[in-house]
Amino acid sequence: MNDAFVSSSICPLTQWADVRQPLDFDGYCQHGGYQGAKSALLEHSPNEVLELVKNSGLKGRGGAGFPTGMKWSFVPMFDANDGNAPENKYLVANADEMEPGTFKDRLLLEGIPHQLVEAMIIAAFTIGANKAYIFLRGEYHLAAKRLQQAINEAYQHNWLGDKIQGSTFSLELYVHSSAGRYICGEETALINALEGKRANPRAKPPFPQVAGLFGKPTIVNNVETLSNLPHILKNGVDWFQAIAPESDAGSKIYGACGRVKIPGLWELPMGATLREVLFDHAGGMQDGLTFRGLLPGGASTDFLVAEHLDTPMDYDSIAKVGSRLGTGGLIVLDNKNCPVAMVLNLMRFFAQESCGWCTPCRDGTPWAVEILTRIENGHGKVEDLDSLNKLCDFMWIGKTHCALAPGAVEPLRSALKYFHDDFLEHIEHGCCHYNPTSVAKRTHVATAALKSQSRAMQGGQ
Amino acid sequence: METIDTITIDYQHYLTASEIAAIEHEASIMETREAAGIEALKVVQNHRGWVSDDSLYAISDLLAMPVAQLEGVATFYNLIYRQAVGEHVIHLCDSIACHLTDMNGVLEAIKQHLQIDYGQTTQDGKFTLLSNACLGGCDKAPVMMIGSMHYEQLTPDRAVEILQQLANQELPS
Ligand SMILES: Cc1cc2nc3c(=O)[nH]c(=O)nc-3n(C[C@H](O)[C@H](O)[C@H](O)COP(=O)(O)O)c2cc1C
Ligand code: SF4
Ligand code: FES
Repeated sequence: MNDAFVSSSICPLTQWADVRQPLDFDGYCQHGGYQGAKSALLEHSPNEVLELVKNSGLKGRGGAGFPTGMKWSFVPMFDANDGNAPENKYLVANADEMEPGTFKDRLLLEGIPHQLVEAMIIAAFTIGANKAYIFLRGEYHLAAKRLQQAINEAYQHNWLGDKIQGSTFSLELYVHSSAGRYICGEETALINALEGKRANPRAKPPFPQVAGLFGKPTIVNNVETLSNLPHILKNGVDWFQAIAPESDAGSKIYGACGRVKIPGLWELPMGATLREVLFDHAGGMQDGLTFRGLLPGGASTDFLVAEHLDTPMDYDSIAKVGSRLGTGGLIVLDNKNCPVAMVLNLMRFFAQESCGWCTPCRDGTPWAVEILTRIENGHGKVEDLDSLNKLCDFMWIGKTHCALAPGAVEPLRSALKYFHDDFLEHIEHGCCHYNPTSVAKRTHVATAALKSQSRAMQGGQ
Repeated sequence: METIDTITIDYQHYLTASEIAAIEHEASIMETREAAGIEALKVVQNHRGWVSDDSLYAISDLLAMPVAQLEGVATFYNLIYRQAVGEHVIHLCDSIACHLTDMNGVLEAIKQHLQIDYGQTTQDGKFTLLSNACLGGCDKAPVMMIGSMHYEQLTPDRAVEILQQLANQELPS
């Protein structure tokens, strides 16, 4: 293998990504582009690629961390490459990215669109799909333009279309741009959305791998998950595992936002610790602020605090300390932002984006918003904390059709645990200490009460 | 027997040729016509600013799908407007990263400057103010989107400046 084509072992996915000016077809090929797809289509059978992906240990980067090869293996594997496929199958790249605090896929979509196109050729070939969609969130206008450009170029060079590169495999690839709704990222809701229906999730089973888009076997994978494929094909399974020998295989794009010194994204070997991401890469907290806690992987993950900072950011380690790796994007809380207000903001998002199908979610999320608003504004009661804990139970896994509701519970239940004192203080003092107006109002009321009390006493004398 | 007068409206003539062409293209790449529903709503909204009842009927006619189903889709999405909006629609991100970096200050400045609240349009019809879930620019928060442009690292002053620039822009004639 030509050395120049070996992907950088540290950051294969983002090494050539440039959001100002992404590589065009020629540029991408000069950096080893389409070598992975070439290897798949011309040197391997779909089953061999499936084995490679299984052996690589690649896990889904869309939030749940499900092993990609295993997911693909549920697809009925008749061969679409012999031209006599009994029925179509579909591949969908999930580029809906609407989880607050998550912005990693955008970098790949805007910065290196050809990589996703190549990845989808490999995935579609493996599962035997002749039609593929990129389900893109409506707000990513620049990504839509760049993906379309990359797709056009790929058609021109016969990397898409009929009989790709002289093989027997054909693929049509389309961009579907959505219109802004978080639930569309859930894979069965996404399928309904693509069919032109209201995007409620579907009850499972049947699973999409067997009966998905238009009733046909369908694989939905996250953009970052797919983007690993060209590199696994090009450099092999051993190389992929050697990136992070002690953790889940491969690299991960970690992020950080909130009031840290250098918010951003970094592709690191899977298993970098929270501390490394927060302090070595994000530069720690902004001047004058201290660290309170963080959500390790987007809005729907449990808070972690200082004692957890040495945890490696891989699926098992983060789960062991009671949270989820999710999307790997840290949302960092500082000491001058109110934890109650933070949870209220998150819960409002979930309440707004609930599709309304399941009662615990449809009614529970707005109820939690109402209680949290009351506490934040200084009208909370101690019993409210019990109600919140009960709501966490009502909305937990197994009680709803999709993971939106349990996701909404995660930051809330962990905040109740780690920031219990803050909740109590709001209730006892009847105001939010982080918010000067709230305190002033409270003090004003208190002073007025004192005055009228003393006046009453004077009058009584 | 009494008969009820019915009116048949030919909605094919309501949509322009370029709208129909764009919608037909979308329909051609999906397995069913109704699957082009969202794209069709977006096409019409791009041409007309928002999706009126007439537009909704016209699209459901063209795609041969029930109007109620299309309405269910249209109202489900945050970026389909079922009411008239201003020339520029401001989508200010109110999700967590923007909350932590004081989008509230930006919101107050915008409200003050335009004298409108969320969901309202300025009297001159220039601006409508809406909130938006995370815009995927959390490392450059606070963020707002106007049209296809994302404006990042906002401060109250910079937000007002951007609105002033947009207000002064000549409409392409
Ligand atoms: C409410 C909700 C929203 C989701 N949004 C996204 C999303 O925007 N992008 C994504 O890749 N996965 C999202 N997921 C996860 C998908 O359902 C699915 O698990 C994922 O696309 C699988 O890809 P992977 O196996 O490559 O990780 C969401 C899940 C839920 C419950
Ligand atoms: S949990 Fe919420 S978002 Fe998910 S299906 Fe039920 S109501 Fe819809
Ligand atoms: S939270 Fe505002 S852009 Fe992500």
